[in-house]
Amino acid sequence: MNALAQTPTPEVPLLAVRDLHKSYGARIGCTDVSFDLWPGEVMGIVGESGSGKSTLLSCLAGHLTADAGQVIYDGRTTGPRDVLTLSEPERRMLNRTEWAYVHQNPRDGLRMGVSAGGNVGERLMAVGARHYGAIRSTASDWLGRVEIDANRIDDRPSAFSGGMQQRLQIARNLVTGPRLIFMDEPTGGLDVSVQARLLDLLRGLVREMGLSAIIVTHDLAVVRLLADRLMVMKSGRVIEQGLTDQVLDDPQHAYTQLLVSSVLQV
Amino acid sequence: MYVAVKGGERAIENAHAWLAEERRGDPSVPELALDQIREQLKLAVNRVMAEGSLYDPDLAALAIKQSRGDLIESIFLMRAYRTTLPRFGVSRPVDTAAMACIRRISATFKDLPGGQILGPTFDYTHRLLDFALAAEGEAPRAPITEGAEPAAVPHVTEFLNRDGLIQEEPHSDETPGDLTRNPLELPANRPLRLQALARGDEGFVLSLAYSTQRGYGRTHAFVGELRIGLVAVEYDVPELGFAIHLADIELTECETVNQFKGSRSEPPQFTRGYGLVLGQSERKSISMSLVDRALRWRELGEDYIGAPAQDEEFVLSHCDNIQATGFLEHIKLPHYVDFQAELELVRRLRAEALELTGAPAMKEAAE
Amino acid sequence: MTAIAQTPTETDAYNFAYLDEQTKRMIRRAILKGVAIPGYQVPFASREMPMPYGWGTGGVQVTAACLVPEDRLKVIDQGADDTTNAVSIRRFFQRTAGVAVTENTPEATVIQTRHRIPETPLTEGQILVYQVPIPEPLRFLEPRETETRRMHALEDYGLMHVKLYEDIARHGQIATSYDYPVKVEGRYVMDPSPIPKFDNPKMSDNAAIQLFGAGREQRIYALPPYTKVVSLDFEDHPFVASKADHPCGLCGSTDSYLDEVIMDDQGGRMFVCSDTNYCSTRREAGHIGAMAAPAPAQPQERRAE
Repeated sequence: MNALAQTPTPEVPLLAVRDLHKSYGARIGCTDVSFDLWPGEVMGIVGESGSGKSTLLSCLAGHLTADAGQVIYDGRTTGPRDVLTLSEPERRMLNRTEWAYVHQNPRDGLRMGVSAGGNVGERLMAVGARHYGAIRSTASDWLGRVEIDANRIDDRPSAFSGGMQQRLQIARNLVTGPRLIFMDEPTGGLDVSVQARLLDLLRGLVREMGLSAIIVTHDLAVVRLLADRLMVMKSGRVIEQGLTDQVLDDPQHAYTQLLVSSVLQV
Repeated sequence: MYVAVKGGERAIENAHAWLAEERRGDPSVPELALDQIREQLKLAVNRVMAEGSLYDPDLAALAIKQSRGDLIESIFLMRAYRTTLPRFGVSRPVDTAAMACIRRISATFKDLPGGQILGPTFDYTHRLLDFALAAEGEAPRAPITEGAEPAAVPHVTEFLNRDGLIQEEPHSDETPGDLTRNPLELPANRPLRLQALARGDEGFVLSLAYSTQRGYGRTHAFVGELRIGLVAVEYDVPELGFAIHLADIELTECETVNQFKGSRSEPPQFTRGYGLVLGQSERKSISMSLVDRALRWRELGEDYIGAPAQDEEFVLSHCDNIQATGFLEHIKLPHYVDFQAELELVRRLRAEALELTGAPAMKEAAE
Repeated sequence: MTAIAQTPTETDAYNFAYLDEQTKRMIRRAILKGVAIPGYQVPFASREMPMPYGWGTGGVQVTAACLVPEDRLKVIDQGADDTTNAVSIRRFFQRTAGVAVTENTPEATVIQTRHRIPETPLTEGQILVYQVPIPEPLRFLEPRETETRRMHALEDYGLMHVKLYEDIARHGQIATSYDYPVKVEGRYVMDPSPIPKFDNPKMSDNAAIQLFGAGREQRIYALPPYTKVVSLDFEDHPFVASKADHPCGLCGSTDSYLDEVIMDDQGGRMFVCSDTNYCSTRREAGHIGAMAAPAPAQPQERRAE
């Protein structure tokens, strides 16, 4: 950590993960995980259920407490710091400014009893926005960017389709201009055509905003479209990582080969 | 000309005088004596003592008489009296293993040391109204067996514990917190939860326990043992250096044996729930042990399925009937200042809405 | 006020102001902590009082802990001294503390109130005690105490503004007319108890000590004198302290909070001051409202009894 924290060059990864470990009693959640995520880069994490990919994402995002290791994030004002040692207020501040988290189920990431405008505006208000008109026009602008008609601004998410809910969740997350976004199976419960549209939208937003992202999915088509780099996990360990095309087109590990041949139909 | 309403004070006095008259009812009917209530409405007295958390049958009888049989009101009287009492100290923990049982049953073993003692129970009575009671008759006496000595009655769960078949309760000599002296802060520990349940509303605790049986936080409970009887209350007097026997009080204790848990590393064991209530109060103590067990999901590594009985904050915040009834009934108090503020707001919102739609603001405009 | 028939034993059976001294000390500690951290809800071991929870047990305990024999107590409910619950609480302290009572706001040293702040500005040395039913301003947004305490600790108040945002989106304005949330000294969001929002500005920079007691919920909080209290709002939808747009029918006041009284079943109604002491003081000073009797001397003065 010291070596990393003291390097003032611009060549600092946005997120540097070292030897992350999490176990549930005797069972390993994830272990020996190390990687760097660079600004503007999208990292995909794939593996079957139980492979530890969701545990890893939860540990990175601070939803679960890791048992050991470091997650060093290069904050806008603070510089590189190990987020595992942050205090709760610091972590919450990070969560509503520089970080974003898109849940698989939009119900977990939205307030279902609050209008679309209120959902998008919440993060703005949490960081101090106090002008109703400005909040509303920002919310309206963001609804447009995620292709939700502006006249739906006062409707509640419960009146939206699954795809719209997911797009609303993305707008709610991106409104404060985060730098790093965590996504947990963002296209999980959606129809294939809706998935494609969402992926297109995500790809555009990520490029346009220069976002870094970590996407957990079991769907290799998703990472093929979105991710620059790929990590393959099995039984809590990273068994292969590299550029997405490289891993998908020339898998080295037997398990990855199996995964690619059995699932990938793109 | 308008004169504002006055005279709250006289209204209150007159209302209270009327209440006192109503309490007495028809004066040609003999007045209830406290010993009649204490002896013949004993289960009501027990409930008032348990939820009033004060063991005094005479005071409970008085409270029942004064409240016209409204038991929650009686409990309230007991509680309000109880807070004013000075505290001399804290007794030794009572030893329920040494209880002089009048009733002791186990649903998990057919027979066991100490035996099954049915005792004075409604169980197996046919619920037929007994019109002989309406006619004043001499009370039947129960037969007495000569020479029957009460044997030692060990706890059923101890038999299981000896073989490691039931999860062992961690022993602690730590002084438990006191709900009546310190604000309840969440999350609470088990002693505090049990305290809250012991004085909690019987109906509320019963319904929660029932909900666990119907699948809202199921724990597969059997009554390992239910015992009712007298235990000695002993008090350590610092000046004397030994404990003195203060009194015998009646308690109902229930221990449930619940579904086992275990994992690859730990062999399966049964788990427990616990209920202890002042007086003879079976329904309450069984209910309490079911709810206690449901609340232990975290400690026992179970899943939280969102059942009300698993939700410590929900259970503890709502089990006290004195808090509940006070807050419920306070909506009878005048709220006209708030209502006026709402009235103004609704009128303004309606006026604006009607202006937008262009409809004439009919009634409100006539004001 | 007529002396209540009181037997000496009734008073002697209990400590001064009902609570024992240990309990009062515990409550005073909570009050001091509250004063030291304005707007922060201090847990305290609320006692069972001889009146029901929700009927002012928190306020009564705070008042009991503050009272000294030299005090002069005023109790109001809905702004009035003679509403039934105000009468009942005042009588309780007359019986258990034997303190002097008054209806005259400037004369009172301790004022216990439910739902109003007196119109007459308070002065240094006075204590205003509020009865609070639900002390947690975030309660109806987040039912869990464990979570709301964390939100306060972390100043995580975005959700509060989401609620106000939703109001404006739906109604064109913030549709909260009483119990209107405030922020204290730029730190804690606080529930002002169910006073009409008309009263909110009076809390700020007030010369008196303001104490809030919630018995059932076991919380005490406080505003020391001259504390800055700001009602939450948006820059382009500022807080407005509103009231019925009428003068008082009895004293003609145009700047006091009004109750609406229905006069008959033909829709006839009048508006009168909710603060009865303020209204009668004005009438004694010769202010006559449109619906008052022509003669200035009104037979309203109960204190002369």
